[in-house]
Amino acid sequence: MSAAVQSGVRRTARGRGWARTGLWLAVAAVFLLLPHLFASGTGLTTMSLMAIMIIFALSYNMLLGQTGMLSFGHAVYYGLGGFLVVHAMNAIIGAHLPVPLVLLPLVGGAAGLFFGIIFGSVSTRRGGTAFAMISLGLGELVGASALILRDFFGGEDGITTNRTKLLHVAGLNFGPQLQVYYLIAGWCLLCMMAMYALTRTPFGRICNAVRDNPERAAFIGYNTQSVRFIAFCLAGLFAGIAGGLTAINFEIMNAANVGAAPSGIVLLMTYIGGVGNFAGPVIGAILITFLQVMLSDATEIWQLYLGLLFIVMVSFAPGGIAGLIAMHAPVWRARLLHRLAPAYALALLLGLVTFAGAALALEMAYRLSAGSEGGTAFRFLHVPVEAASAAPWSLAVLLAVPGFIGFRRVLPIVGNVWATTLAEARQGRGR
Amino acid sequence: MTGPALELEALHKNFGRVPIIRGVDLAIAAGERHAVIGPNGAGKSTLFHLISGRLVPSSGRIRLNGADITGHAPYEINRRGLARSFQVTNIFPRLSVFENVRCAAMWSMGYRTSLWRAVEGLADLTARTEHVLEQINLIDRRDLPAGVLTYAEQRALEIGITIVGGGDVILLDEPTAGMSRSETEHAVALIRKVTEGRTLVMVEHDMGVVFDLADRISVLVYGQIIASDTPERVRANPAVQEAYLGTAVATPA
Repeated sequence: MSAAVQSGVRRTARGRGWARTGLWLAVAAVFLLLPHLFASGTGLTTMSLMAIMIIFALSYNMLLGQTGMLSFGHAVYYGLGGFLVVHAMNAIIGAHLPVPLVLLPLVGGAAGLFFGIIFGSVSTRRGGTAFAMISLGLGELVGASALILRDFFGGEDGITTNRTKLLHVAGLNFGPQLQVYYLIAGWCLLCMMAMYALTRTPFGRICNAVRDNPERAAFIGYNTQSVRFIAFCLAGLFAGIAGGLTAINFEIMNAANVGAAPSGIVLLMTYIGGVGNFAGPVIGAILITFLQVMLSDATEIWQLYLGLLFIVMVSFAPGGIAGLIAMHAPVWRARLLHRLAPAYALALLLGLVTFAGAALALEMAYRLSAGSEGGTAFRFLHVPVEAASAAPWSLAVLLAVPGFIGFRRVLPIVGNVWATTLAEARQGRGR
Repeated sequence: MTGPALELEALHKNFGRVPIIRGVDLAIAAGERHAVIGPNGAGKSTLFHLISGRLVPSSGRIRLNGADITGHAPYEINRRGLARSFQVTNIFPRLSVFENVRCAAMWSMGYRTSLWRAVEGLADLTARTEHVLEQINLIDRRDLPAGVLTYAEQRALEIGITIVGGGDVILLDEPTAGMSRSETEHAVALIRKVTEGRTLVMVEHDMGVVFDLADRISVLVYGQIIASDTPERVRANPAVQEAYLGTAVATPA
């Protein structure tokens, strides 16, 4: 390659470096400014939880998206990290040790790494289905142990602690949620940068190679088993930090934190956000945490909607939200996004009508079932509804059935508009 | 080095009770271009799988540069300097062309699974990768996902992945299979160029390619080598002509 071309390459590389620095500064600024926009108690709690889940989901994607390892037991490292931090905090408080709270997530990271090494040495010997099954087994094992070993896990009540009793540095006692938010946000930024940097190392690249074609990776000198093992240990480390932050945030850990539920949620978040892109799990963590908080306020069967969303994403957008966004990048660059808007708006409208009908029917079915104790009268979108009457059922059918038929009719139109717009966008670039 | 680069001794491989490789002895000198030919089902690919560690021999020894590698894992054999390509294209389809070649260079250049260095900053790794991309004529396609390349381009990438690690023994399994006439000519020139100064062992069906490239040819029939000699002598060998349907060897295209 000529010297001129090479220096050009170097210049673009340096340009990318600056762009990255700028991006991280922007993320830091967002973290700093958010509490001013959402200063309410709920706002701060939700954002703290989002930041924790960002770390957790990114650590999960080191396995799923980057190394091709489907784990059903990632909460083991998250939960154990959290428990170790709670116990460490109580020990520090008991012994009056001069350790500031800010450093406690390190204990969680160390615990996650430690258990990652222990369990990883067993589970990463094989990839694919064998790994997934072993991860499920280990998850069940630890989840069951948590209910049996009451001294360590505290049974169903859990173990509590008090984050304000640790050494106060610079006048911070971490009583107010705002201080805790900043502690979590700082760790989140640090972990995001570290995990992003890892994707750009030789290790990060070989993880992708092992994901794509483990057999070939072996023939270019890599022991796929040790690549999987290192990825697993590092994922455990970051999951442990997320768990430690959870312990600090809630001042309590219980057996549910190491169980199947958080293992499932982190899979949902990562997949819905998008496994093929570094930003995917971040988007997923923010969205799913938001839905968890908002939906659980609005309806008791919110998990059902979360499951539906997951199924829809797996079926129609396997690249997740980040994949959908990346798909539109060429159209956006060609400034043709407005061409798609009418078709998208129509599909969205019909989709929402269908969903409204289906959701109404689901909510009424739930009120009528034995599981509901609130009677058959409830409010749907602030409108009083009596589930035991015929009128709302007719409305649900009138919304859902035509809505669905219309939606199905519109889908091919959306597909056509998409195909022609994309073709034009690509042609425009070629010119 | 004085001894052979690759040495097979009384090599056997059975699948269940079916013998596929039935006592192969072969010594390939350093720097030699060696072709293994034989009818379909003779065990050529199995032989490659044994040498490269994908399969473990039932009995016998394999030595690479004098060191016993029998039963070693593929990555161990690769680290000792043997690299192979595959008959069915075996690349990293979602990684870019550049990334495919770079990943294949990392271990041998000492970067292994480094957690501390950004790959973009490794100038020697980038230079080696770009050099090989130029050799295999894919420098213009460097940012495409490898999965979208044409068949011939993927075959070239397969060779690039194989040679970039700097292995001194290169195994190519039917490098020109499925290629058109002109693609084949291009591939032969490429193979000649990139295996300069290395030991090459290849399985090939195209007799034109074999007689063009090989210093020596071994003929494998039903898991045994019935002849191993220079192209001229192999062509003249009556046992080869009889076993190997004669015509193809007698009148190379």
